[in-house]
Amino acid sequence: MCVVSVEKARGLQTACTTPVAEGMIVETESEAACETRQFVLEMLLTDHPNDCMTCEVNGDCKLQDLVYDYGVEWPEPNGRRHVYPIDPDPNPFVFIDLNKCILCSRCVRACEEIQNRDVWSFAFRGFETKLVAGTDQPMLDARCESCGQCVAYCPVGALYDKMSVGLGRPNQVEKVRTTCSYCGVGCNFDLNVRNGEIVRVTSAEDAPVNGMALCVKGRYGYDYVHHRDRLTRPLVRAKWLPDVEERVTEGEWTLVEVAEKRAEPTVSGNGAIAGDAFIETDWGTALDVVAGKFAKEKQAQGGDAFSVFASAKCTNEENYLFSKFTRQVLGTNSIDHCARL
Amino acid sequence: MHTTLPFPNEADPTVNDPQHKCIAVCMGTGCTSSQSAQLHQTLREELDEHNLNGEIEVRRTGCFGFCEQGPIVVVSPGETFYTEVKPRSAETIVEQHVLGNQPVERLLYHDPTSDATVEKWHEIGFYGKQQRILLDNSGIIDPENIGHYLAREGYQALHQVLSEMTPEQVIEEVTESGLRGRGGAGFPTGVKWGFARKTQKWPKYVICNADEGDPGAFMDRSVLEGDPHAVIEGMIIAGFAIGAQAGYIYCRAEYPLAIKRLRVALEQTRELGLLGDNILGSDFSFDITIKEGAGAFVCGEETALMASIQGERGQPWPRPPYPAVSGLWKQPSNVNNVKSYAFVPRIIHKGAEWFSSVGTEGSPGTAVFALTGNVNRTGLIEVPMGITLREIIYDVGGGIPGGKKFKAVQTGGPLGGCLPEEYLDIPVDFDSLQEAGSVMGSGGMVIADEATCMVEFAKFFTKFVCDESCGKCPPCRIGSTRMLEALERITEGEGTPEDLDEIYWLADGMQQGSLCALGQLAPAPVISTLRHFEDEYRAHIEEERCPAGKCQALITFEIVADLCPGCMVCARNCASNAISGEKGEPHVIDPELCERCGLCEAVCNFDAVIVK
Repeated sequence: MCVVSVEKARGLQTACTTPVAEGMIVETESEAACETRQFVLEMLLTDHPNDCMTCEVNGDCKLQDLVYDYGVEWPEPNGRRHVYPIDPDPNPFVFIDLNKCILCSRCVRACEEIQNRDVWSFAFRGFETKLVAGTDQPMLDARCESCGQCVAYCPVGALYDKMSVGLGRPNQVEKVRTTCSYCGVGCNFDLNVRNGEIVRVTSAEDAPVNGMALCVKGRYGYDYVHHRDRLTRPLVRAKWLPDVEERVTEGEWTLVEVAEKRAEPTVSGNGAIAGDAFIETDWGTALDVVAGKFAKEKQAQGGDAFSVFASAKCTNEENYLFSKFTRQVLGTNSIDHCARL
Repeated sequence: MHTTLPFPNEADPTVNDPQHKCIAVCMGTGCTSSQSAQLHQTLREELDEHNLNGEIEVRRTGCFGFCEQGPIVVVSPGETFYTEVKPRSAETIVEQHVLGNQPVERLLYHDPTSDATVEKWHEIGFYGKQQRILLDNSGIIDPENIGHYLAREGYQALHQVLSEMTPEQVIEEVTESGLRGRGGAGFPTGVKWGFARKTQKWPKYVICNADEGDPGAFMDRSVLEGDPHAVIEGMIIAGFAIGAQAGYIYCRAEYPLAIKRLRVALEQTRELGLLGDNILGSDFSFDITIKEGAGAFVCGEETALMASIQGERGQPWPRPPYPAVSGLWKQPSNVNNVKSYAFVPRIIHKGAEWFSSVGTEGSPGTAVFALTGNVNRTGLIEVPMGITLREIIYDVGGGIPGGKKFKAVQTGGPLGGCLPEEYLDIPVDFDSLQEAGSVMGSGGMVIADEATCMVEFAKFFTKFVCDESCGKCPPCRIGSTRMLEALERITEGEGTPEDLDEIYWLADGMQQGSLCALGQLAPAPVISTLRHFEDEYRAHIEEERCPAGKCQALITFEIVADLCPGCMVCARNCASNAISGEKGEPHVIDPELCERCGLCEAVCNFDAVIVK
């Protein structure tokens, strides 16, 4: 597709590799170049499914755009086509449909040049040329670390995010730029939101820190956001709270049943709540409990009774505050940082 | 013999002595596959029995070229040329010829064109119009004996280069000779070396392209097997000329014998200080590594070849930059064909003038072809450039067998083109062939007789290209398959006139949109057959008829009642029970049941089965 006409050059030249020379005259949309592009596109279509109607990437497909731009008509099937099994790979993240693969090798290069994992390559020759992981193995057996870089670079629907299949196509989602909450690197990406729910994460080309690159957590580790087990309010053991039974009965706090093996029921026959039961409270109450216990321990044993472990998920500023709190408020130098995920 | 090399005693002068008693046995791949190794062994045992082993040398040599008649044995003095010699004939040769001094009549070559028996090597018509200046050691020397090569003035050129010449002078001499690359494209070798010399970046690499992949072609293999030192010497000289210290020979793994001989030759050159550090006491160092290819046709393309050496998938890179600027491991590299390198020591030693006196002005020297197909004498030939196709086919090849008519000659393998009768008198050289719509190629030459269906012929090469496309560019990867499908429709009787339009359209798209010569030239066999034999294509499409009677779907077998004595042989052999008839009565083929396998035609002793 990159071929252009260069004056005085024999035949068409590849724009991506031909060095610019003094006085060179290049025509990017010459008749010959356009005809060749049309030919290439038509060739690709003779071995491509005609299923844009149901394709995940409809509207975000380079092949679709180019076929439209160059006015290529759908060629009537008149020869061999590949029939590959759809989604044959057991990995949990990458959906594969080789019937749509145009063998552009972007995934191969992304994996090799950006991620340095060399999972993908081409096997066989001629019409039988096929994208394979390792030696035609499952991806995870071929050193794949599920970063999804290959999906991010796939110009068609051959590689797609498995978790997002059927959840919304490009024109049905709203893209919300955010910063990854997993570690301190600060990668940016776009949350693809449909009906208020995150259905997919896509790389943001203009992300200042990471560009198109993301790790498995950033790209695929978003399912906790809408998970039913996710804690959105603090839980405090009943024994640390005043007037528990009364305030639960009044509905101010909630008794939370946690799936665990218990010798005693959380609520006994006389309505008393067990001391180790979890009560969903508000932040003020919970922080009071914590502050009170800090103060008590510091008074009883001194600051060095504490040691503090900070998180890499916090920003620099948050970690600075944490350090200050540890040294000045708690009164200890025992603070460390996970500095890793 | 005068030698200036520091090891005069290493040369074995017997190789030049016509009176030297020697039985030369061809040990090229062709003859070896017809048991010439056993023959060599048996001859030695026979001589042993007569206590003659010290007196008479049994020499393994490279290819004589007349592979069709192999295994070849030449007994000297006298150069008696024996053909199709089986190991069991060793005894006869020793007893009758060596001891009895009587040539073994039944092993001599019988020329079907003149119906004469020929005794001497150089009297055989096959060699008449040949001029062996590249293959002059093949069939003479033992390729595993460096002494033989040294006696044939081997490594004299290298010595001359290192002691008397500057790299620029070497390049000038090669340029002066007019040597054009024997890989097929015919680019001037000296000019190519000049580019690589000019690039100011080190290390540089010298690469020998021995990935000979054309179906039926074995020129490079024969050179490597018969005269490996010539290639090595040429590479060392090239290394000196461009300023490289390392060389690679990229040889396909399907050539185990060539690889073995190269290994032996490399070892011998290292032992004599002709390879390694400070060659012949000079400050020039050079060494060669063999890289075995895995049999992909596309690795004969120079950039794919270099990718393969680097351990990558054999796929072409875009050019420019050309290898002379950025090649193997992005370093300046010079890639030449086996034959190009093998010519170099001869050019240096005998002079550019000598070389350019052979052949034509634009294409000096000789051309080596693997002559094959429907021709009486097949094998490896070396002819001066400028010889006509007719001379090659009729004088060297002895014409078309079975009294059939010539139809076409294909040069350049699956990326070349075919030429019909009216082109037979054009001279064979790079420019004339190209002008006529074919190419010189690396040396495949296939002759087709009138019984060849040209659509089928084109289909064969297209199938080859389909299988061998690397898959990188869609026009070649998919286009060649679509081309094959169009040809299949035509040969199966389902072709339409639109298929011809599609073929032209595909050919144009493949030519424009492919990165390397494989994709660009893949349509050539189809387009050239279509150009010269369009009638035949149209007969398939419009009349549903294969004029050559080859396309199974378009032919019917019939029994001519007048000729059929009712012997029942055809009926007994017919697998689909399509032939009926009483014994002694003419038989009839039921076209509904007939599978058109052609077995009836083959088994009929009365030529009563005909194809319509």
